[in-house]
Amino acid sequence: MASVLDITAPRLSPFEKLRQINWTLLLLIGAIASVGFAMLYSAAGGSWEPWAGRQAMRFGVGIVLLIVVALVDLRLWLQASYFFYAVALVLLIGVELAGVIGMGAQRWIDLGIVQLQPSELMKVALIMALARYFHGASLDIIGRPTFLIPPLTMVLIPAALVMRQPDLGTAVLLIGGGGSIFFMAGVRWWKFAAIAAGAMVAIPTGWRMLRDYQRQRVLTFLDPETDPLGAGYHIIQSKIALGSGGVWGKGFLQGTQAHLQFLPEHQTDFIFTMLAEEMGIVGALGLIALYVLLLGHGFAIAFRSRNSFGKLLAIGLSVNFFLYAFINMAMVMGLIPVVGVPLPLVSYGGTAMLALLIGFGLLMGVYVHRDMRIGRRGLGDDF
Amino acid sequence: MLDDRDAKARSKLFGRRAALLAGAQGALFSVLAGRLYYLQVVESDRYTMLADENRINFRLLPPPRGRVLDRTGEPLAINQLNYRLVMVAEQTSSVEATLNALSGIVALSDGERRRIMREAIRKRSFVPIVIRENLSWDEVSRISVNGPDLPGVTIDVGQTRHYPQGRAVAHVIGYVAPPAEADLTGDPLLELPEFRIGRQGVERSYDLALRGRAGASQVEVNAIGRVIRELERKEGAPGHDVTLTLDVEMQAYAATRMGEESGAAVVMDVHNGDLVVLQSNPAYDPNDFNKGISQSLWQGLLTNPRGPLTNKAIAGQYAPGSTFKMMVALACLENNITTPETRIHCPGHLTLGDTKFHCWKKEGHGSLDLVEGLRNSCDVQFYELAKRAGIERIAAMSRRFGLGQTLGIDMPGERGGLIPSREWKLATTGVPWQQGETLVAGIGQGFVLTTPLQLATMTARLVNGGFAVVPRLTRDEFTGARVAPRPEPGFPSLGIAPAALAFVQKGMNEVVNNLRGTAYKARIVDKEMAMAGKTGTAQVRRITEQERRTRIRTNEELPWTQRDHALFVGYAPISAPRYAAAVIIEHGGGGSTVAAPIVRDLLLAVQKRDKALGRQKVAEVVPEPRPAPTIAR
Repeated sequence: MASVLDITAPRLSPFEKLRQINWTLLLLIGAIASVGFAMLYSAAGGSWEPWAGRQAMRFGVGIVLLIVVALVDLRLWLQASYFFYAVALVLLIGVELAGVIGMGAQRWIDLGIVQLQPSELMKVALIMALARYFHGASLDIIGRPTFLIPPLTMVLIPAALVMRQPDLGTAVLLIGGGGSIFFMAGVRWWKFAAIAAGAMVAIPTGWRMLRDYQRQRVLTFLDPETDPLGAGYHIIQSKIALGSGGVWGKGFLQGTQAHLQFLPEHQTDFIFTMLAEEMGIVGALGLIALYVLLLGHGFAIAFRSRNSFGKLLAIGLSVNFFLYAFINMAMVMGLIPVVGVPLPLVSYGGTAMLALLIGFGLLMGVYVHRDMRIGRRGLGDDF
Repeated sequence: MLDDRDAKARSKLFGRRAALLAGAQGALFSVLAGRLYYLQVVESDRYTMLADENRINFRLLPPPRGRVLDRTGEPLAINQLNYRLVMVAEQTSSVEATLNALSGIVALSDGERRRIMREAIRKRSFVPIVIRENLSWDEVSRISVNGPDLPGVTIDVGQTRHYPQGRAVAHVIGYVAPPAEADLTGDPLLELPEFRIGRQGVERSYDLALRGRAGASQVEVNAIGRVIRELERKEGAPGHDVTLTLDVEMQAYAATRMGEESGAAVVMDVHNGDLVVLQSNPAYDPNDFNKGISQSLWQGLLTNPRGPLTNKAIAGQYAPGSTFKMMVALACLENNITTPETRIHCPGHLTLGDTKFHCWKKEGHGSLDLVEGLRNSCDVQFYELAKRAGIERIAAMSRRFGLGQTLGIDMPGERGGLIPSREWKLATTGVPWQQGETLVAGIGQGFVLTTPLQLATMTARLVNGGFAVVPRLTRDEFTGARVAPRPEPGFPSLGIAPAALAFVQKGMNEVVNNLRGTAYKARIVDKEMAMAGKTGTAQVRRITEQERRTRIRTNEELPWTQRDHALFVGYAPISAPRYAAAVIIEHGGGGSTVAAPIVRDLLLAVQKRDKALGRQKVAEVVPEPRPAPTIAR
């Protein structure tokens, strides 16, 4: 595969590209992240230590990364897609092997400064790789079942690996995010139906692959009251904290349930509960509104893009982001099992924040390069 | 151009599907918003309540239990400070090291160490672990001195019930124990691990007053139960002290005087009913029950044939024997059946139909009037008097004197004894009353059963001018948890002719002070304190005809359980009766030789003690209407 960049193609200088930056998108990302800083400040009992300060610092680094990613020629990303996917996959297999050796459920690689979670990278890499695979493919080609085998494999291998880790939430994100690209590329409905039917058959196998605690989570989700002090405790306490927040909330820094530690992991997975407790339904709906605006923007960018790689990438990233937010919020409200997915841009966590901002960098890149036409193989304009 | 068509189709498809995806996302977000509305608006009140339940804990502050005092203010039941050595694991550098350091100060066995280590692992690290209870002062001071070197180790003060008089007042005081399932009324105080409820005696009957009112503290706790701050505090009220009429020195004296014997002693004020002595022997140590009694000790108490767990003074029912003869005499005098002068001949037995009823004196007493009959305790005379009076009149008279019914003493377990009647026998056995049974009842045997408390009350009513005095343990009135001074009692008159009472008293006087009286040897020589009374020896076995023909075995020849009960009722001083006493020694032998000396000693001691305490004037302070004794002969 040719990896030579056609340097004659860019029609915009870096400075011109900088002027193309979508400030609304940045503003929305900043607004959501700020909600996170405020909640982390509150979670620490009104202190920048140990979470809010570090989170803000990472966000700062991430924003710079976002802009750098956005300015790089989209075709370069297209060409690097498979390479990134391969790297992420190797790392994922690496932690899986380390996990087997270490007998533990370790999900990250210690790089010294930052603990790298390959599964976070994979979320972005998979969408890139799939967008590239379907980029420029005609409906005829997509209609061929054999054409769908490689991308399906690309989704299922990492999904199975994270499932084994075991990380049910990420597996759902990979399958959902990947699936959205299949869907947008034009794969027919009946093929989704067939795969869904196949998955149904596979459920018993999947059930066996789940660890005991994950099975417990699914079972207690079905009836949390049966085990109020055990696995159901998290859901019940989360609902109590949410419900007691009421319309206007208990006030910033005034949430009793979170601060008295009834609420578990209130700086990570259950941060939305804390927001709803302190700011009430008003605050919670406010954050959801910000997410809706951000997602709407993502879709708008997809429509504005004139190349199918950009369109698919924008949709895939948006859907991924949506699933992220939805699973977390539905989880803390007791609508779905506790699967351990953080709230995007808000929950405390370094890799997740960086991965998300890189993803938004790509989205921004799609916007910046929205009028670029990219050939089937990513080489130059293809009119 | 094919590409162009394809591009158009793809663009259309993309638009359609993107709208679908966006719509799906919007729908899912709507579900979230709906869920939020349900949780935070519709169900908000419920969750707010649950949140408060989460974080607000009520802690009860147990009130100190009231004391029980005797009539001189001597404590009978108190709360002892229980110094406990307590360790908070999270404040120590290491539990192991702390225990090592402590073992130089208090000896810790390996078993105790294991228990502490186990608790340290099981309990949350801020929950105090009790290392040792009931520390001595020496240990307390040594630990205090070493305090700075022992972080996390503190001395905590709790309260435990203590009975300084131990066995002497066991049956009256009773004991406390952790509440049983059935005691739980929903009052959370009862569920506190250190709470004790009155189980027996006055600890039980005045439990509500002694208990006091619990205070409450409202604290905010976090998820693992650590107290963050106190929100509100309501102080409780300590329990009331209960002052008894009992005199602990007299009580202890009665216990010593009875020694190893099984029995009961009652001494009461004849005018106001104050019980100065209410002793049942043998006793248990109520302190054994505080922390839960050991199984072997409990089994020992249960199986002891002398019944240390029964308060025999109020729950022991015995045939009164000859102490019942006063009732028979009064039944005849009050119904004008005989006069004190009526003489009855005793040839040693009385024949009714085919049955011979024997006098205790085989050779007979000859001709006796009433006073002589009481003095000699002639059985034949009382067979005859009982036959003439009939069981119904005897029963009616007995009941007026408090027999055959409970007297309403403030203690659990009081029993009423039994005064038989024709109706009662037919109803319970289905067999009509036999005249022979009237004769046997005439000497206080057969169906008749009395408690020592009843016998003392009967004696008091005989000598206080014929008033229906009722025994009492305290001068206060308890209604639930409230305590008020009881109004000085004004007892109704029994309506017995003073002359009749005087004759009975004269008979009782001669029992003790006449040279030929059955208890002459037990008299009080000091005229000012002199005692009168009546002996009783209650048979507990049937003497066969054959044994009568040869020789009746003496008590010493019989196994303990077949020996006679020894009884004596008495009062003193004769000139102005103040105290009545009743003593029963189970299987003790003769009333005159065993029970009478104990009554003498008790009556002498109580009068001397009153003198020492300057109390002898009490009777005059509370004047009771009583007729001057008219002794006519």
